[in-house]
Amino acid sequence: MEGQKLQGMVVRRVEKELYEVFIGPQHPGSGHMRIIVRLDGDVIVEADPDIGYVHRTMEKLSEVREWLKPIPLLERMTIIDACNITVPYVNALEKLMDKSPPPRASYLRVLLCEINRVASHLYGFGIFGVFLGHSTMYMWAFGDREVFVELAEILTGARLTHSYPIPGGVRRDMPQDFPEMARRAVRYMRGRLEEYRRIFVDNPVIVKRLEGVGVISRNKAAELGIVGPNVRASGIRYDVRLAEPYEVYDELDFEIPVFEEGDALARTWVRVEEIKQSLSIIEQAVDWLERHKGEPIIPKEDYDKLPKLHREVYEKTGRVKLLPAHATMKIPAGKAIARGEMGRGEIIYYVESDGGTTPYRVRVVTPSARNAIVFKYIVPGHRLMDLPAIYGSIDYFPPEADR
Amino acid sequence: MKPEELLELLKHALGGLAKEVTVRKGYVEVLVDADSVVPVANKLKELGFDHVKSVTATDYPKESKIRVTYHVSSYLREDLAKPILGLSVDLPRDNPVMESLTGVWRSSEFQEREVYEFFGVTFRGHPDLRPLLLIPELAERRVLRKDFVVKEESIYEGVPHRYQ
Amino acid sequence: MDVKAVDKVYVGNINVAARRARELLLGKLKLGDVIDWATTFSLWPVHLLTSCCGAEFAATWSPRFDAEQYGALPWVAPRQTNFIIIEGTVTRKMACALRITYEQMPHPKFVIAMGACALDGGLFYNSYNIVRPWEVVPVDVYIPGCPPPPEAVARAIIDLRRKIREKKLASRWLIEGWRHDRDPVKPADDVCKWWRP
Repeated sequence: MEGQKLQGMVVRRVEKELYEVFIGPQHPGSGHMRIIVRLDGDVIVEADPDIGYVHRTMEKLSEVREWLKPIPLLERMTIIDACNITVPYVNALEKLMDKSPPPRASYLRVLLCEINRVASHLYGFGIFGVFLGHSTMYMWAFGDREVFVELAEILTGARLTHSYPIPGGVRRDMPQDFPEMARRAVRYMRGRLEEYRRIFVDNPVIVKRLEGVGVISRNKAAELGIVGPNVRASGIRYDVRLAEPYEVYDELDFEIPVFEEGDALARTWVRVEEIKQSLSIIEQAVDWLERHKGEPIIPKEDYDKLPKLHREVYEKTGRVKLLPAHATMKIPAGKAIARGEMGRGEIIYYVESDGGTTPYRVRVVTPSARNAIVFKYIVPGHRLMDLPAIYGSIDYFPPEADR
Repeated sequence: MKPEELLELLKHALGGLAKEVTVRKGYVEVLVDADSVVPVANKLKELGFDHVKSVTATDYPKESKIRVTYHVSSYLREDLAKPILGLSVDLPRDNPVMESLTGVWRSSEFQEREVYEFFGVTFRGHPDLRPLLLIPELAERRVLRKDFVVKEESIYEGVPHRYQ
Repeated sequence: MDVKAVDKVYVGNINVAARRARELLLGKLKLGDVIDWATTFSLWPVHLLTSCCGAEFAATWSPRFDAEQYGALPWVAPRQTNFIIIEGTVTRKMACALRITYEQMPHPKFVIAMGACALDGGLFYNSYNIVRPWEVVPVDVYIPGCPPPPEAVARAIIDLRRKIREKKLASRWLIEGWRHDRDPVKPADDVCKWWRP
């Protein structure tokens, strides 16, 4: 049978009673990927994720640029979670250079990481709403996300692309009136979460579409190696902030929400609970930062190298002006592996240096890249209309997966 | 689990299979021969390393080798969740072929496809070995190898208009 | 209550403004002008996301910036839409999807290229996997920035509206059958060469 063209997809009859449907990369949901599914009636028999539509060659470009330049480059992978994705890279550099940031810089990084995590989860909810045809959720989540985008903008000067951490510290100190704004945002968001529960998570229509859909058992999750809220919804208590506390996460008080069901609804609940924990971390970080005003945000050896004018700017405005020597710095030869917990899960950097001005090899494995395998092994057996629910619930973000 | 304890555990479990075990700054790396990678992987899985975090390849044109590293860790055993273990294999650069570990760890399937398209490493026994991210025309050029040069902007030559 | 005409948009008392608009549309303008007028107020972008600027594209239609007030609403199917916003980098794989989507849309159709990557590569200028969008589809308005804020996207929509009105793009496209003010863009090599179903 000849290929028949429908809106935005190609349908072919591949065998008797088996149809092949090409979904994407232009499709009603969000995301630049294609899934090729084979259908028997409307039950999915086989699914083949075809990713790579946003492959922008981060690993190759990192190899030809100087050590600092990959920071703004790599954060384009997950532009909505920019601090979380750059902190592990900077940690890897710090491991190679044997440098450690002062505590105030670490707290500032954690503060921005958690602000990003809340914004990233809200983005996920908004997109999930689009997938399920729930426009209210899209409007509410994106409206509330602006609160946290605004907070990050006040802290760093950019809406999304912060480029905040630098090896040994951060770029800017916190403005004076920031703590009060952060506390107001946290209070506002706590109240909104209750409304989210009423309109979205406990909504009977949403519950019917999510409950028991895309179930990943505990052993299956470990076998597929998926990460983040998806693995915590399957009863595995794994979070990098707990397993290998980086920055100052071991000094903070927070819980790792774990659910046992492993279905799309549990994955949604994990995100709601994580937002609550992140809000609590934001409060703790802001309290600590207020108690320790005036502490340095770059190491002493870096401060000593600054010329007089740069020192004045740093002391008056809290902004770090990097010297030209930073751009061409050399890093001792060696290998380092660093990981961090992003909104969507664990990110791993493997950085290798040969002592030159550019990295020898940067390997980055992002959470969505590891979650892509879910489409191949979990989706078959479901109906076609369960696919948007599963896609939205694992919070897959293609630019991050394709790198 | 501390790296030293892990080292003891590995020495006990692997015996003579490992060519070299190194610990540097808390990162444990096991280097094995290409023939013994599957038995070592099976032993590691019995120990409790149940998933692959990343499959990394690095090109060393001077030594004419490609090193493929599997970074493995555990979800189900909480004491093994802390360390990341590197399982490395050195392959000749002109004909890199090794056994696929998808039979041991299914989580390595997509990343092995990536190493295949970027470095040209062939994995024997992989269920579905074809390019994942790149178009076929680019995948044949082994873009992450060091002899594939990407031009960077320079003050003498200016901005390269586009990649050729 | 006085009614002001700003770029043929009447501002002020709703009843008076509606009467003025009726008089203008039915009494004074030709049908071609009405088509241009109507196109500017129903620019619907297709839901094609090419890269990370999509985050700001989504924020443009969120409650804070509310781009729906310009008559623009992202829609799912290319057949019911009349413009594309290219959000950032277009990779080689995506170029094929972009061209197919563009060709599926009924004319008159317009393109806005968003972000530094869509201008000339941006941060990824020397990447081996990207193409310049203007080599694939004809671009009307460029937005600089990495990523451009939602306000800039809204501004680009207004710029596109002005361009359609001033150059009578929509009506002349319908009369003449092709775009009168520029040559069509043909991709240099077949962008879908790699695609084998």
